[in-house]
Amino acid sequence: MQGKSQIQNVFKKTLNISTSPHLVRGIGTNDIMRNVVWALLPTALYAVYAFGLSALLLLVTSTVACVLTEHFLAKKSKQPSTISDWSAVITGLLLGLTLPPNFPLWMAFLGGIVSIALGKFVFGGLGYNVFNPALVGRAFLQAAFPVAITTWFPVFSPDRFSSVSVATSTLPLMEPATDGFTGATPLSAFKFDHISTDTYDLAMGFITGSTGETCAVLIILGGIYLAVRKMLNWHIPVSILATVYVLTALLHFSNPEKYPTPEFMLFSGGLMLGAVFMATDMVGSPITTAGVWIYGALIGALVVVIRLWGGLPEGVMYAILLGNAVSPHLDNLIRPRVYGTGNRGEKVRG
Amino acid sequence: MSEAQKNTTEATNSRKMLVTMVGIGTICALLIVLSFQTTLPRIEKLKAEALEKAIFKVIPGMVSKKTFQLEGDKLKEVTGKVKDAKLVYAGFDKDGKLVGLAIEASGMGFADAIKVIYGYDPHKEKIVGFYVLESKETPGLGDKIEKDASFLANFDSLDVALSEDKNSVKNPVTTVKHGKKKNGYEVDGITGATISSRAVGNLLKNSTGETLPQLYKNKDFFEAKSQQ
Amino acid sequence: MSIQTTNKANEGFWDKLASSPSTDEYMKGLFRENPVFVQVLGMCSTLAVSNTALNGLAMGLATTFVLLMSNILIASLRNVIPKQVRIASYLLIIATFVTMTDYAIQAISVELSKALGAFIALIVVNCQILGRAEAFASKNTVWRSILDALGMGTGFIIALLCLGTVRELLGNGSIFGIPVFPDSFQEWVIMILPPGGFFMLAIWLMVFNAMKQRKAV
Repeated sequence: MQGKSQIQNVFKKTLNISTSPHLVRGIGTNDIMRNVVWALLPTALYAVYAFGLSALLLLVTSTVACVLTEHFLAKKSKQPSTISDWSAVITGLLLGLTLPPNFPLWMAFLGGIVSIALGKFVFGGLGYNVFNPALVGRAFLQAAFPVAITTWFPVFSPDRFSSVSVATSTLPLMEPATDGFTGATPLSAFKFDHISTDTYDLAMGFITGSTGETCAVLIILGGIYLAVRKMLNWHIPVSILATVYVLTALLHFSNPEKYPTPEFMLFSGGLMLGAVFMATDMVGSPITTAGVWIYGALIGALVVVIRLWGGLPEGVMYAILLGNAVSPHLDNLIRPRVYGTGNRGEKVRG
Repeated sequence: MSEAQKNTTEATNSRKMLVTMVGIGTICALLIVLSFQTTLPRIEKLKAEALEKAIFKVIPGMVSKKTFQLEGDKLKEVTGKVKDAKLVYAGFDKDGKLVGLAIEASGMGFADAIKVIYGYDPHKEKIVGFYVLESKETPGLGDKIEKDASFLANFDSLDVALSEDKNSVKNPVTTVKHGKKKNGYEVDGITGATISSRAVGNLLKNSTGETLPQLYKNKDFFEAKSQQ
Repeated sequence: MSIQTTNKANEGFWDKLASSPSTDEYMKGLFRENPVFVQVLGMCSTLAVSNTALNGLAMGLATTFVLLMSNILIASLRNVIPKQVRIASYLLIIATFVTMTDYAIQAISVELSKALGAFIALIVVNCQILGRAEAFASKNTVWRSILDALGMGTGFIIALLCLGTVRELLGNGSIFGIPVFPDSFQEWVIMILPPGGFFMLAIWLMVFNAMKQRKAV
């Protein structure tokens, strides 16, 4: 055994060939998932720094809810527990990061349950989910509690580490009290009052918004880390962001009065977080390269359409969910043709 | 079976089918006409009552009502229901004096068209009442335009005074963010129902901008009606 | 399925009633062949009009009325209607009673007809009614068709109430318009919107199937 591996090493160094057995330590699901958690941590930590205790409690609650639901449902359906593969932790973290920092904890907990139960287990668990589970949970919360999910909390409020927002500690099933200082996000400020926000503030996260949507730079860094480790398909965020940039640029130059700058669109709202961490969900995105580019372009175009002409100020969530819905069809449409078969994979008579 | 016989059975079959269908059709038609005739008066009455109630709701202090049809800039009195006409309902107090006009308006909301009726006091030049006739806004959110007390309070007294030349409203109605109302012509919006509350502001702006100058031209007409 | 009673004096009567085929004809629609939870028919009205308990009840009653009247007429005409035009005839009959119901509801209350809106007219295409006409009334006596219609109608009402009460409770904090939670209750808006109907239906189907499985084991 010893000798064999020595020979192997020699060959590898010189010719990069090897004899059997061709064993490589594979990258398992939990390796990828763990690394995604590492990549998300800076964003989460910044969120806690920017929004204080409320954000910390929110992230912990949504993560705990997801992990508990995963454990319970795995037990109920008599499958081996899958909490050790970190995927529930990611879902919980992502869900928390898409919610406003002062979101009531009981609602976040409910969102976590819905994410895992409805977004994942109904379809058969990890690997079978059609949609990004965290976004399913968020879509449910958006439809169920539209006021709470659009009530924002100021960034860097001075007492953020000593006290918790009134809304955060709302009793279960009760309506959150609205505290006097609810701010508008840059996107809603633009949509309803036509106020644009400085790009530098947007990129660095000096703005109000969902817990993890504020600091674009940290999200991009997390994405680069994953892309370098080949745990993230960089085509997806690049195609989404490029589409948004190009479309908005065209609109902005046609009518600068009415449409925002492309930089504003790129760095505001949940676009960065969605493009880097949610649209890239391995189960919900297409497999083929061409499919991935179409998928990304579709999501980008939908974001622009919903943000600029839709009723809501933000549309990343719905854009990604719709993208998830079409991605299996994209794969079907552009399935590479196998030699000797027709376009649809049927045998061709030769 | 011979060819001739087969033809006869087919013919009888078709006749039987025809007779049954016509028979059932006749019974059904009779039943429908019967139920339509019996329920029609009550349905009309209920609909008229609902509208009447809305009119009385938006013009405080009125005891009697007259209906006018607005054709271009001309008004004429009508009785009963007139199809596809722009109607203005005038409310009079017990001394027969004009206290207000009820005007129907509609505009696009978040889900579908919103149809409202509002009361206009020509003496104070203000909107004095507001009621949503039809809306499909999101329950629990957009439908606050029907229920939210602080939003409805906007329309107890909303400034829609005409400009100097009497051709437009001086300060068109606008919806502002909740708690940011400063002027008499601003509508205090609803938090979380921005789109619906803005839609209401917009449809009032459009309706008042168009109708109020027309009504002003008929000022004397109403004065005359008041004396009667 | 049997009717339980504590009234000893009437036991003979109740036993007889419980074991009579007529009772079974009625009872089968309630749970064993429940139109919504077992046959999964009439989804349009089930999902659309079960946002409050009262709407569900009104829709259930309207459907039961149409079901009853059309079953009676179809069963009594079952030997007259030629096979080739039966579906057209059934639809004609059903549509007639739906129109009559629509007028009746408009005459009863503006509010109610506003709430039920287009869905009353859509009872016409409620496949449950055509299904009962085709599968039952066209082959059975008038009396049995009446029992069948009443049973299926009651089953439909039960299903709509199951959905309606939970949706109203979570979406509005009330049952039959009577508030049950304190004022500060947070309504789950999604529950009175169409998606809430799908979620609730799925959950009730799950409950029903779980009960059936337990029984089978």
